[in-house]
Amino acid sequence: MSRLAPEVLSRYEPVIGLEVHVQLATLTKAFCGCSTKFGSAPNSNTCPVCLGLPGALPVLNKKALDLAMRASMALQCQIQERSRFARKNYFYPDLPKGYQISMYELPLAIHGCVEIELEGRKKRIGVTRLHMEDDAGKSLHEGFAESGRWSYIDFNRCGTPLAEIVSEPDLRTPAEAYAYLNTLKQILEYTEVSDCNMEEGSLRCDANVSVRLRGAPQFGTKAEVKNLNSFRYLSHALEYEIERQIELLESGGTVVQETRLWNVAAGRTEPMRSKEFAHDYRYFPDPDLLPVSISPARIEEVRRSMPELPDAKVARFLRDYGLTPYDAGVLTATRSLADYFEAAVRAGAPAKAAANWIAVELLRRLNDAGKGIAECPVEPAALAELLAKVEKGEITAASGKKVFATMFDTGKRAAEIVAAEGLAQISDTGAIEKIAREVVAKSPDNVAKYRSGNEGVFKFFVGQVMRETRGQANPQVVNEILKRVLAE
Amino acid sequence: MSGAAPWTIAGVRAALAAKKISARELAAEFYSRIDRRNAELNAYLTLSPERAYAQADRIDAAVSRGETLPPLAGVPMAIKDVISTRGVRTTCASKMLEDYIPPYDATAAERLERAGAVFLGKTNCDEFAMGGSNENSAYGPVRNPVALDRVPGGSSGGSAAAVAAGLAVAALGTDTGGSIRQPGAFCGIPGLMPTYGRVSRYGLVAFASSLDKIGPFAGNVADIAAVTAAIAGHDTYDSTSAAVPVPDYAAGLEKPVQGLRIGVPEDYFGKGLDPEVQEKIHAGIALLERLGCRRIPLRMPHTDYAIATYYIIATAEASSNLARYDGVRYGLRAPGATLTEMYRQTRDRGFGSEVKRRIMLGTYVLSAGYYDAYYLRAQRVRALIARDFSDAFEKVDAIITPTAPTTAFRLGEKTADPLQMYLADVYTVTGSLAGVPGISVPCGKTRAGLPVGLQIFGPHFSEERVLQIAHAFEAAGGFSL
Repeated sequence: MSRLAPEVLSRYEPVIGLEVHVQLATLTKAFCGCSTKFGSAPNSNTCPVCLGLPGALPVLNKKALDLAMRASMALQCQIQERSRFARKNYFYPDLPKGYQISMYELPLAIHGCVEIELEGRKKRIGVTRLHMEDDAGKSLHEGFAESGRWSYIDFNRCGTPLAEIVSEPDLRTPAEAYAYLNTLKQILEYTEVSDCNMEEGSLRCDANVSVRLRGAPQFGTKAEVKNLNSFRYLSHALEYEIERQIELLESGGTVVQETRLWNVAAGRTEPMRSKEFAHDYRYFPDPDLLPVSISPARIEEVRRSMPELPDAKVARFLRDYGLTPYDAGVLTATRSLADYFEAAVRAGAPAKAAANWIAVELLRRLNDAGKGIAECPVEPAALAELLAKVEKGEITAASGKKVFATMFDTGKRAAEIVAAEGLAQISDTGAIEKIAREVVAKSPDNVAKYRSGNEGVFKFFVGQVMRETRGQANPQVVNEILKRVLAE
Repeated sequence: MSGAAPWTIAGVRAALAAKKISARELAAEFYSRIDRRNAELNAYLTLSPERAYAQADRIDAAVSRGETLPPLAGVPMAIKDVISTRGVRTTCASKMLEDYIPPYDATAAERLERAGAVFLGKTNCDEFAMGGSNENSAYGPVRNPVALDRVPGGSSGGSAAAVAAGLAVAALGTDTGGSIRQPGAFCGIPGLMPTYGRVSRYGLVAFASSLDKIGPFAGNVADIAAVTAAIAGHDTYDSTSAAVPVPDYAAGLEKPVQGLRIGVPEDYFGKGLDPEVQEKIHAGIALLERLGCRRIPLRMPHTDYAIATYYIIATAEASSNLARYDGVRYGLRAPGATLTEMYRQTRDRGFGSEVKRRIMLGTYVLSAGYYDAYYLRAQRVRALIARDFSDAFEKVDAIITPTAPTTAFRLGEKTADPLQMYLADVYTVTGSLAGVPGISVPCGKTRAGLPVGLQIFGPHFSEERVLQIAHAFEAAGGFSL
């Protein structure tokens, strides 16, 4: 809870910019042919190049450049005709070359934007630049027999291609920062630039935070907060840091420009020891790599390979499938869910019914099972078969839900379950009339009530018929027959 | 075979084909020569008989099967110790890498092996190729086989001395600011610096990445052409290697030089040039004129700035390239209580003083606040120097200069004054900065019997022409003017 009174907090305006690192979804590393596979045995995905052995040289992975270009386009950036890799020099044990290959003076792309939506209001957040770089290895300080004496290094991640996306200081609240990161993540997943898996470190976030009195013309002094590697941390850390700075200013202090680390366990930001970040990186163009020249033709080629972006997909779902804005929003939340929906429609499912079933039944079951759409046991075509049965009246909607549950649990197809459980809807008027007559014959009292004008009793008879048919009777047929029999 | 005419690549080939000697016997012969001479010369740091005999045996098997032999079949070669060789220690003449054994071959080494060469061993040099006298080796200086009290030049002094002393038929060196041409001149053998991008740098331990080139030493120009042909060409492992076709250098050697325009820049004949060297170079130019070349006077106005420019760019790149020697993963690790202390101790003990000097210089010129004044300005001057060359090549087909202002100096003569040492690079660094090919060929000896080197520059990727002129010069007796 806030340590400051709301009146105090509201006098200040936070100014936030995010620096987001995403792992580009390539099979191999940025400058060598080693696999980027996560979770391999330590140091198994390494070679002279990514280990920085003497004499080894980097060669740019074309696919990584393509993905970075795609990301640039999706973020509406201008891709520069000429960009250049530079060396960022610093010593660190998991940095085998003694420098990181990054882009400095000439980034790949500049001047983009991301549109976020918050409580129905839209806002454009500027993207200053997008550049490529390679990742470092990972220092492991515990978990080994001799961890007390030594640190261990796993270089599997070393050389993994990253894109760094730097936003303008356009964000004004932690909620906006959250929405920005969420939208960015959605765009990058959609365009298959990155799997954005935060647990595996595919998406990492640092924030530049300052506060100023509302209406003040200039930004306050900023602090850089590192290690915001989940959405939860981002919100918490930003809230903490904003209040820390306001508190500092309110008590007559000043904010120091520094790098702070979000301490997850303590729930606060803490200054990093100055030695850990006070670097003169001595950037200079990397003489081992040629400048990156990108022709209009190349841009066009990448543009053509660009998948549909979320906004365009929502618009198309509204237009082509007549979905409600709510359903369109739910179904386009991730590209895989949208693809699932469209696959079901292509397999013959009526669009609105499919939207409804996916948004309600499917997502609820996936949620309960803690699964993503990629692991959904019901294939789109199987869902389409089920919906066709409901649509044609072969089973009731109520049975449909039961069948779906079984499909989800067992992976069996609808037809098999319907047959095995005898759920086929009974529309045979003869069979239903026979049951209706039996039901009516068993309850002379209720027949009398009905005939004396108590129409509420009709529901009792319907219920009895449905019970006898285990819910499989066509409700419309039951109504008609009962009305006729009772009128006799 | 000692005492007889020196082995050439063609001679090795003929002897193997005629079964006068096997590749294994030839390798053994060279190892026995090395046994006799190396203690004195210190040209080799590491011998690799296991690999050499395995390579030789493969050639002998091919001979016995009557197969067509690859171009360098059985040729005993030396490789400068900054070029990575799989399974063979590669020290860069540094304490830092005393026990470092690369798990992979440099592309140039791999291509030599494929061409049939036999790797006798790794040759001494200035530490990380930084120096012009081979006195900066952590394993002691190399002596010049022509005059044992003199330096062989550097940084590829071991390779030059090995070839000059008959301890290898040919050798690979590397040239960043003159490190092939100047030792070639000092030891009296030809040595070629190819165009930047002509030979892959993959596996060459980097000193200054935008300037480093691998090139050959040999006893004659035809052998230089043969080794160059074997190692040249595009390599997907080096982004800066050029996808320019490799001509048949051997076929171009005999073309007449009649009518070629040779530029003689007066900027290379000023203060500091030893009069005896100047005399020989003029005699060399006169010889080329007699062969039908047209002499054209030139001005290359930015020549004076080349040394300063070179030492800013080369050291800047070196400061970054040598950051990886931190004691963490391979090479020397000196203990330290903290990580920083371990870094400091390791780099203090691992590097010699010239390497440290250059790392400090390079770190300085890249520092915040100095970058624009030094590194960026040096890049601009580099472009001007490159333009001097491209302007010149509008008017001439090749440029002829002395390789070095002096002949081989005495061991210890310049070690106290690094700046004097740097100035010895004055005629070679220009072409290095421009990225053009340059060869040094012997051009007679001074009265004291010390070899003089004549340097021939050509436009980018004109190795064929440079070799053609060098070959004509050699054929006309220019080497012993």
